[in-house]
Amino acid sequence: MPNSPMTPGIVANRLPEDRLQENFSDLHPPLDAHEAAVAADRCYFCHDAPCMTACPTSIDIPLFIREIQTGRPDAAARTILEQNILGGMCARVCPTETLCEEVCVREVAEGKPVEIGRLQRYATDVVMAANDHPFERGAPTGKHVAVVGAGPAGLACAHRLAMYGHEVTIMDARPRPGGLNEYGIAAYKTTGGFAAAEVDWLLKIGGITVENGKKLGRDFSLQDLARTHDAVFLAIGLAGVNDLGTPGEDKDNVLDAVDFIADLRQARDLSALPVGRDIVVIGGGMTAVDAAVQSKLLGALNVAMVYRRGRERMSASEYEQDLAASKGVHIIYNAQPVAVHGNGAVREVEFEYTVEEDGKLKGTGETFRLKADQVFKAIGQRLDGAPEGLKIEGGKIAVSGAGRTGLAGVWAGGDCASGGDDLTVTGVAQGRDAAEDIHRALLA
Amino acid sequence: MADLTTTFAGIKSPNPFWLASAPPTDKEYNVRRAFEAGWGGVVWKTLGEDGPPVVNVNGPRYGAIWGADRRLLGLNNIELITDRPLDVNLREIKAVKRDYPDRAMVVSLMVPCEEDAWKRILPRVEETGADGIELNFGCPHGMAERGMGSAVGQVPEYIEMVTRWCKQNTRMPVIVKLTPNITDIRYPARAAHRGGADAVSLINTINSITSVNLDLMAPEPTIDGKGTHGGYCGPAVKPIALNMVAEIARDADTAGLPISAIGGITTWRDAAEFIALGAGNAQVCTAVMTYGFKIVEEMIAGLSLWMDEQGYASIDDFAGRAVPNVTDWQYLNLNYVTKARINQELCIKCGRCFAACEDTSHQAISMSEDRVFDVKDDECVACNLCVNVCPVEDCITMEELAPGTLDERTGQKVPAEAADWTVHPNNPSAAAAE
Ligand SMILES: Cc1cc2nc3c(=O)[nH]c(=O)nc-3n(C[C@H](O)[C@H](O)[C@H](O)COP(=O)(O)OP(=O)(O)OC[C@H]3O[C@@H](n4cnc5c(N)ncnc54)[C@H](O)[C@@H]3O)c2cc1C
Ligand SMILES: Cc1cc2nc3c(=O)[nH]c(=O)nc-3n(C[C@H](O)[C@H](O)[C@H](O)COP(=O)(O)O)c2cc1C
Ligand code: SF4
Ligand code: SF4
Ligand code: SF4
Repeated sequence: MPNSPMTPGIVANRLPEDRLQENFSDLHPPLDAHEAAVAADRCYFCHDAPCMTACPTSIDIPLFIREIQTGRPDAAARTILEQNILGGMCARVCPTETLCEEVCVREVAEGKPVEIGRLQRYATDVVMAANDHPFERGAPTGKHVAVVGAGPAGLACAHRLAMYGHEVTIMDARPRPGGLNEYGIAAYKTTGGFAAAEVDWLLKIGGITVENGKKLGRDFSLQDLARTHDAVFLAIGLAGVNDLGTPGEDKDNVLDAVDFIADLRQARDLSALPVGRDIVVIGGGMTAVDAAVQSKLLGALNVAMVYRRGRERMSASEYEQDLAASKGVHIIYNAQPVAVHGNGAVREVEFEYTVEEDGKLKGTGETFRLKADQVFKAIGQRLDGAPEGLKIEGGKIAVSGAGRTGLAGVWAGGDCASGGDDLTVTGVAQGRDAAEDIHRALLA
Repeated sequence: MADLTTTFAGIKSPNPFWLASAPPTDKEYNVRRAFEAGWGGVVWKTLGEDGPPVVNVNGPRYGAIWGADRRLLGLNNIELITDRPLDVNLREIKAVKRDYPDRAMVVSLMVPCEEDAWKRILPRVEETGADGIELNFGCPHGMAERGMGSAVGQVPEYIEMVTRWCKQNTRMPVIVKLTPNITDIRYPARAAHRGGADAVSLINTINSITSVNLDLMAPEPTIDGKGTHGGYCGPAVKPIALNMVAEIARDADTAGLPISAIGGITTWRDAAEFIALGAGNAQVCTAVMTYGFKIVEEMIAGLSLWMDEQGYASIDDFAGRAVPNVTDWQYLNLNYVTKARINQELCIKCGRCFAACEDTSHQAISMSEDRVFDVKDDECVACNLCVNVCPVEDCITMEELAPGTLDERTGQKVPAEAADWTVHPNNPSAAAAE
């Protein structure tokens, strides 16, 4: 007999195949050509457009939308990709509600922004579908750059360096390239193997070698790289996960949310992926939302997402919170974990209510318990395995300018480096800008 | 409730909304349904001579331009006059008129430029009980090549001659339909007037190619790889039609000649504008071809509500009211000074006004770091471009500078008295006032 959301314990197959497919299909379905024309027509082609300023990669949004209006999505794609080589992924995963679309004059005026993200997807999809890579590798310069980490920052840096003719080798600890695009982003944001297809498409420029299963600190050192390459770009993201520091945290089935998500992203068959009936997610960011929503979509009966501060402090956007609520996730604010109970495996998590006074969080002494077959910890990732000799600032590799670390010939960008939000698009911007800086340095 | 009835060139109808001579009026089935829907009158699709009917192309006969959401903005056609036998049309006209005696039934005609041809057809039309005829001197395609339609309409002498033949050979009111494919619309209107026309109607369609198919390298609509110019109509032609109607309405030679307005009329407001500019009623084609007969309900409701609101009891109460305010450029008051004013509360900070004025006008709008847009009075020439490009209605307005205030652009005070080009010092032929 197939399982259902009611089946106790941690089991696979809670939902029929068709429900799973529906649940994990595109969150924002693609626009067809007519929808795109109508959506594009809403853009005012603003002067010195606020949306463009808000885009971390400074895509010329009014221009690409006008190119869609005039029936040239391929030209639009080029406008996008020139600034942001992962424009396809960003179109799917950018929290546009806090970036370009938040400041779109039509959002400000009417509460209904131009659908920039979906239009960007429309344009980039056209180019991807044609399997057309619109950029050419520059004439070889004889310079060789090492990039550590094949996430958005590393890939963007490598592509820009290839455009200038430098030879690039990317080393990544994981078995597949893409970083969190491949292992982290919610499945319903990047369906149909898009992350891998985008990497393949990006590499078509040539001159970039990707070596997977190669870990900095284990298989090679920064000194090795610096010796054998003309420059090094570090884009290792945040490989560590913060602990709760709560008694009982070591019990079975208390997991890192990012691991659960990575398993989900790599699962060939979602129905074979086990999930608990009662799920507790601890945290208030994008990772917490993604873990909560996706466990619900897999068929968990009760999913609670517990955040220690108030709603307004949550780093997940209002849109993300609403999304979670609409999928049936119960969001509990102002509660912090005080104990994980259970005999071997977790059975319950005990929380204490909190209040925030003068920015300081205080327990009220009042507690409650939530049943849990699985607990997903999502209270933040941290830098892990940064090479010796680099200055660390606020838990990240300190950089100045376009990703310069204190060490000569070593740049860093993306989540592992200081500055900017931890977003795909920020990683792309920093990777690209570091490449420009590296290029200038190599020519000097 | 406002009284919408009209008497146009002696023809009565319950409201000023007629269907123009075109596919909507090409047969009994259509016209009965149009009358049921509430249309006040029709001009039956143009009839030709007895004999083998004309033939139409068997490929596409319409082309169009659209807004982004496929709103039809302009239509073009290469259709000819009716391709149904004359006696069938006449029989149907008679049957419909018998059943709808209160509606206007006008029959459009186009026969060769010989008096006998007109003499043959007029009694047969009269026999149907129709209320009047409309002479189609307008079609820019297909018939002109045969010496009819706009081939006649472009030669004022022919218009006058044919109109006179008709007046001599029928007791029915004669409406002359004018082609806009001419340099000055007043000449054909005057010719019709001289010939004794009871009214003119305008505009017929405008010579046009709507688009070029860049794969076929041929104009649209394309028939077996080729295309031809067609007649343009629909919302896009309304401004042209408005001007032509106004030109005739204010021409001393044609003063008092009734005008039936045609061209892009899509809503009650369009009709009201034409009537204010001197038309006695309004004919509609493309709008019904786009949306069907039902739109007349919106037109009737909108027009009567607006008339009630304005206190106009009948169509005559406002007909022609805007005509005295149409003038020639040299009579515009050059001492009337306005400046653009931006309502900061409505402004959504898109910067379009800035781009337009900075790049293409007079560099009269400033933009601050935090995107506040302001008009520089010392540069603003009041061209209105910013108003036109601003996406927010009424956000930028043109405010008059009161007489006596300083115009910062010219450094002069706004004079109290009006003065136009005819008395301007820069005008070499200005009447020396001193
Ligand atoms: C669950 C989750 C959901 C998210 N959702 C969104 C979203 O919807 N939208 C959005 O904009 N952002 C989202 N983010 C954030 C976004 O994914 C990151 O900001 C972005 O991926 C950062 O790119 P990066 O290249 O710096 O690092 P990563 O994508 O983390 O890539 C780092 C790469 O380095 C490799 N690496 C690490 N250590 C080593 C080492 N020692 N040696 C070799 N290789 C190493 C890793 O294997 C990885 O491939 C999400 C993050 C998470 C965790
Ligand atoms: C398909 C089509 C056929 C037409 N046929 C005739 C015709 O036979 N006789 C005529 O006088 N005008 C004809 N017209 C012109 C219309 O009567 C009318 O003058 C013109 O379309 C402008 O009005 P509108 O903008 O409301 O369409 C035709 C127009 C169209 C679109
Ligand atoms: S702010 Fe909105 S309307 Fe203006 S250019 Fe950007 S997308 Fe278009
Ligand atoms: S009216 Fe013309 S000159 Fe004046 S601000 Fe507007 S665009 Fe500039
Ligand atoms: S065009 Fe209108 S809305 Fe846009 S900045 Fe100018 S005044 Fe404001």
